Amino acid sequence: MDLAFSKEEIAFREEVRAFFRDNVPPETRRKMVEGRHLSKDEMVAWWRILNKKGWGVSHWPKEYGGTGWTSVQHYIFNEELQMHPAPAPLAFGVSMVGPVIYTFGNEKQKQQYLPRIASVDDWWCQGFSEPGSGSDLASLKTKAERKGDKYIINGQKTWTTLAQHADMIFCLCRTDTNAKKQMGISFIVFDMKSKGVTVRPIETIDGGREVNEVFFDDVEVPIENLIGEENKGWDYAKFLLGNERTGIARVGVSKERLRRIKDLASKVEQNGKPVIEDQGFREKLAACEIELKALELTQLRVVADEGKHGKGKPNPASSVLKIKGSEIQQTTTELLMEVIGPFAAPYDVHGDDGSNETMDWTAQIAPSYFNNRKVSIYGGSNEIQRNIITKAVLGL
Amino acid sequence: MDFDLSEEQRLLKESIDGLLTDSYDFDARKKYQKEKGGWSKAVWGKLAEQGLLGLPFAEDDGGFGAGAVETMIVMEALGKALVLEPYLATVVIGGGFLRHGGSAEQKAAHIPGIIDGSKTFAFAQLEKNSRYDLGDVATTAKKKGAGWVIDGEKFVVLNGENADTLIVTARTKGAQRDKTGIGVFIVPANAKGVTRKGYPTQDGLHAADITFTGVEVGADAAIGDPENGLPLIERVVDEARTAMCAEAVGAMDESLKSTVEYLKTRKQFGVPIGSFQTLQHRAADMFVALEQARSMSMFATMAADFDSAKERATAVAAAKVQIGKSGKFIGQQSIQLHGGIGMTQEAKIGHYFKRLTMIENTFGDTDYHLRRVTDAGGLV
Repeated sequence: MDLAFSKEEIAFREEVRAFFRDNVPPETRRKMVEGRHLSKDEMVAWWRILNKKGWGVSHWPKEYGGTGWTSVQHYIFNEELQMHPAPAPLAFGVSMVGPVIYTFGNEKQKQQYLPRIASVDDWWCQGFSEPGSGSDLASLKTKAERKGDKYIINGQKTWTTLAQHADMIFCLCRTDTNAKKQMGISFIVFDMKSKGVTVRPIETIDGGREVNEVFFDDVEVPIENLIGEENKGWDYAKFLLGNERTGIARVGVSKERLRRIKDLASKVEQNGKPVIEDQGFREKLAACEIELKALELTQLRVVADEGKHGKGKPNPASSVLKIKGSEIQQTTTELLMEVIGPFAAPYDVHGDDGSNETMDWTAQIAPSYFNNRKVSIYGGSNEIQRNIITKAVLGL
Repeated sequence: MDFDLSEEQRLLKESIDGLLTDSYDFDARKKYQKEKGGWSKAVWGKLAEQGLLGLPFAEDDGGFGAGAVETMIVMEALGKALVLEPYLATVVIGGGFLRHGGSAEQKAAHIPGIIDGSKTFAFAQLEKNSRYDLGDVATTAKKKGAGWVIDGEKFVVLNGENADTLIVTARTKGAQRDKTGIGVFIVPANAKGVTRKGYPTQDGLHAADITFTGVEVGADAAIGDPENGLPLIERVVDEARTAMCAEAVGAMDESLKSTVEYLKTRKQFGVPIGSFQTLQHRAADMFVALEQARSMSMFATMAADFDSAKERATAVAAAKVQIGKSGKFIGQQSIQLHGGIGMTQEAKIGHYFKRLTMIENTFGDTDYHLRRVTDAGGLV
């Protein structure tokens, strides 16, 4: 047992840190620190810098542009990225559909899609959830009917993150209505500009525009856009969701936010002294830091385990990551609210592109608090995570 | 970075788990509790035979030169079996003072007796008004000739009733709460002027209140610098806290296991109660609490190698906070999920709850350690 990183790992961390310091556009960083939304151009510009460096799709196999890093190196990269902070590569392309394509897709699909994911020439979005299918995803109703060499797709997806920017969508569609619900689903990808696709924004609780409803009205999709086998889509979806087990703890995000809390709390005064000097507040902060340290260690245990024994059988502790990670992220936004106190109230108006570059930084703290309620809901709600622990770990 | 046990450590774990599986089921524990002193000399002998009492001592002193990870492995196993024998008081604390502060003569005089199981130790530190402050010492040690005279009262001394040798903190200089002027002394339990009033503790262990009235010891009784013993005390107590964190993880692990087992077998409304989602999610939350505690127990253990004494201490304090919180949650929920049966003395589950509760209140509770982490400026 040894907590310390090796010399090579420490050198790697320095390299990554220096690269972020020298290459993340300062405006992008500032907006992230202040909890603002970024425009599409700002995100894409950064991801192209990252991709040029060869780090855009770091965990992919080398033949498709990956780095061949160890699991510890991936961990360090993600942590440094989150702490800088800089936007993580677009999960829908890089972490979700990319691995499904290189694992289950045919050669033509790999050549067609993978390079464009890496270079962000295609912005991907995820068509999974539907109005009636949230946690019970397998009950989804969007239909893809085969007609000659095409699928005709009808239905509705929802909570589609940043679909307003998207060029491509990967979609779970029902291709066999008679089969048991998990069995009749296929994984189909198509162009968001196809005739019959309508994107309608959903304004979120904080006034932001991150998610959308997406409607399909007789959308024609060539059958070669099916990934893998017809009616096997549920397996690919499970593969996709199980892929990024360690990133979900977002320890670096919470660390960065704790630093910001300390920074702001040393500037905001109460009773003639900075909030950071209030014993009660400091203890809450310390309690949060302890929870985060425990989570970081839990994550390192999972990372070390993957590095040594492969990803085959997940370490049971990995189920803790989503639950605790989301709780801690939410706590940090609560602490920010506490720091800012009455100045949380002023509200500002968002631009059409979803960015919200207006007013003073204090205006972003309440929206960020409201917005972060999502983290215990998305990606398998924390209640679903408890179901997973119940079955997979405790055997109940 | 590596969280796996080495081959040798794995063997150690197997050996202690095996020993306790064979000789320490709950019925056996009840029997040991009734023996004189409240624990089993035979089991202590077996621990000695397997070399477990000599683990942390240097090879030159007759030990195995094992480190913090080995102690963690042993303590976790002891926690799982709710072991009554005084490993913490004797090997971790008594041994800790000798290892970190003892002279060659003191080591030679005392370590062999620990390793062969013939002698046990107790740490007489707590006073009526000291609570968790290790530097709050009213007991005095006054110079007399080359030696010392010790006067004062110590409370809830774990294994104090049975120990052959006491490690006593006493003030040699200054006011009651001064950080300097504290000494650490080796006192034979049968020395003239030592009065022990023993009693069982809530978790089935044994402790004693001990009065020292004009107890005379020689110059060789002082461990380390008799005027500046607090750093040594803090170091050894941090090791004890780390060991207790591991013990607590063992107790939590076993609590969750028994609770899950109970959820699978206990039937109500014609079905196992583990089929109810409200209970499943409670058990899932217990698992989360356990894994977070396990992570922090490992953190405190590995912090033993940190260069900075301050970082070491903060890591241990943070671990104690996590263990305190997780232990309380798992302990309470284990009882709740067992229902009425969890309220009985007969069921093992309640004994884990009691031990976890006493661990929280030993050497600083959750609030105390949270303040330590706070005062150190946190962990991020």
